[in-house]
Amino acid sequence: MMELNLSILFAGVVAGATPIVLATLGETITEKAGIINLSLDGTILLSAMTAFVVAFETHNILLGFVLAAVVGGIVAATVAFFSIYLHQSQVAVGFVLTLMTRDLAYFLGNSYSRLQGPQIVPLPVPFLKDIPFLGQIFFNQNLLVYFSLAMIAGCWWYMYKTPLGLQLRSVGENPRASYARGINPKTRQMMYSICGGLLVGIAGATYSLSVKPGWGRPQGAEGAGWIALVLVIFGGWNPIKAAMGAYLFSFLQVFGIYCQGWLPTVPAQVFQVAPFPLMIFTLLVMSFAQKESVLNWAEGHGRLKSILAFLSGSVPSALGKPFSRD
Amino acid sequence: MKIFFRHVFESGLTLLVLFLFTTIILLVSGAPPFAVYFYIFKGSLGSWIKLSQVIQVWIPLTLCGCGLLYTFRIGLWNIGVEGQIMMGAVFTTAVLRMDAAKGMPMLFMGLSCLAGIVGGAIWAIIAGVLKTKGGVNEIFAGLGLNFVGQGIILWLIFGPWRRPGIASMSGTELFPQKLWLPFFPVLRLSPVGLALALTALILTMLLLRYAHMGLNLRAIGNNRDAAYLFGLKPDRYMIIAMMFAGGFAGLAGGIQVAGVYHRLLPSISSNYGYLALLVVMLANYNVWITPLVAFFFACLNVGSIQLPMMLELDSSLSGVIQGSMVLATLAVYSWRIRGKTSGGTAAT
Repeated sequence: MMELNLSILFAGVVAGATPIVLATLGETITEKAGIINLSLDGTILLSAMTAFVVAFETHNILLGFVLAAVVGGIVAATVAFFSIYLHQSQVAVGFVLTLMTRDLAYFLGNSYSRLQGPQIVPLPVPFLKDIPFLGQIFFNQNLLVYFSLAMIAGCWWYMYKTPLGLQLRSVGENPRASYARGINPKTRQMMYSICGGLLVGIAGATYSLSVKPGWGRPQGAEGAGWIALVLVIFGGWNPIKAAMGAYLFSFLQVFGIYCQGWLPTVPAQVFQVAPFPLMIFTLLVMSFAQKESVLNWAEGHGRLKSILAFLSGSVPSALGKPFSRD
Repeated sequence: MKIFFRHVFESGLTLLVLFLFTTIILLVSGAPPFAVYFYIFKGSLGSWIKLSQVIQVWIPLTLCGCGLLYTFRIGLWNIGVEGQIMMGAVFTTAVLRMDAAKGMPMLFMGLSCLAGIVGGAIWAIIAGVLKTKGGVNEIFAGLGLNFVGQGIILWLIFGPWRRPGIASMSGTELFPQKLWLPFFPVLRLSPVGLALALTALILTMLLLRYAHMGLNLRAIGNNRDAAYLFGLKPDRYMIIAMMFAGGFAGLAGGIQVAGVYHRLLPSISSNYGYLALLVVMLANYNVWITPLVAFFFACLNVGSIQLPMMLELDSSLSGVIQGSMVLATLAVYSWRIRGKTSGGTAAT
């Protein structure tokens, strides 16, 4: 009995984490190539709105996902274009787009608020779903969950095991050197920004068609983009670690819902903002884990040292600095 | 003269891009574009009462914009203005709720504004210390604190400060009228708020233009290491810049409580903190242009309030126009300086 409950709990964690995993992977790819796309929070909302409206009007969920991905790609391309070709601050453009895409989503989606729309259906994998415990968690889900799981492995493999992935990392670490090797950093950065944007768009669609079905103001996906941005840092720009961060976050969210049951006097709004102080705290710990004095102190403590080693990740050296030839 | 015409040409081009983009968006949503523009204009500058509402929005935008000028000078992205407004509002409310306040309304209203400044400054200093001592990027620190501020306000409204009987999203109980900032009867506009905003503007102009502080902030913002070698302490100046930004934002929150809503609302900051960032960016971080842009943005905000009623459109259209305006300006500006710069342009 206990096992069943736990597997249902963890299945919920995995399903709820899916959009955050996708957004985090998308942003990891983008940042690995040296571009910060700060607009995630708004992009997710705009693509969620797009997906819902398209799926509602055409009764075609796949088309909803495709157009949501396209929206994500366009926003990411805008950030990259302003940075790479117009030499504007990525943070500035990304921030403006965060606000603008959010307002655009509320404005265009206004007449579709609180409507019952199509949703993605569960699709258990035959045989695999019968694996005790794990089968329930990972293989009794919808197609998106499988897609996100495949993307985690795929991203890691692409980045660390293929020549193209090496070039991707080199563009983010040292664009001049890549340029000298005959790679055009500008086109690569543009390309990977768009790839990342596509994933963020799919993340948005996952919200409005699966995790928090429907559209409204607020939709429920507000703040998720910022969480994803922090998870990229938490994951040390490594897709697997970042995805693990997303699952951990989702677990804490579910845990929070249980806490709400135990502490009925605390208003629900307090639990909704709880992730954000946690986010600051995580960044604080991450930052301390990089400090030399802390590392020296941890030298004698075996377990602590390995925790610190796990937490450390190196930021792509050219992150946020647009490449120019001269 | 040539420069003047180029500026006119660029502004015209920006407005044209903006106009085309907005019209397309409106056509997509199925709304009549010219009716929308007409309602926005009429709803913001159509009467004296509307104009006073615009000024009511202009006050917090200008205050927050002034504060942001300090942090942008030193190269900090103070995204936490929203939370700083909220904490200013909370501190102001706390002072006005004291029992003694009813006895000496004048004294306590003054105190409440000071408390607002302190509240905003504390919230900003937390973000600043997280940045300088904790190594946490100020964007994430500020953003996280915004959400925390929102949580605190909701907790207060539904918890300790709830209205007797029912706690609801409509906020805390209304203050007695003698604790309202004095206002013009028909326009409901508080001259005190206006005076405070103008004072903040003049103070900022003086400090940034004619005092050492402005130069030092800019020096650190442009080249931190060189400024350090020159004997300036970047960390200390960052905290000072955050303190100014938070103080002004907190004052804006205080005015919203004491002079506009006369109670604490969940949405007391009305997104002005985020909007102020756009204002300052569009003003190209210039002290003189900031109030003008703030006025224009305030017009858009107030003008779009009646869109839901008149045309069944969401009022977030103003945000779309404001955002696309900043982007269009950035695009046109960088088109002019194309090839003249190398590398990234930091916020200066």
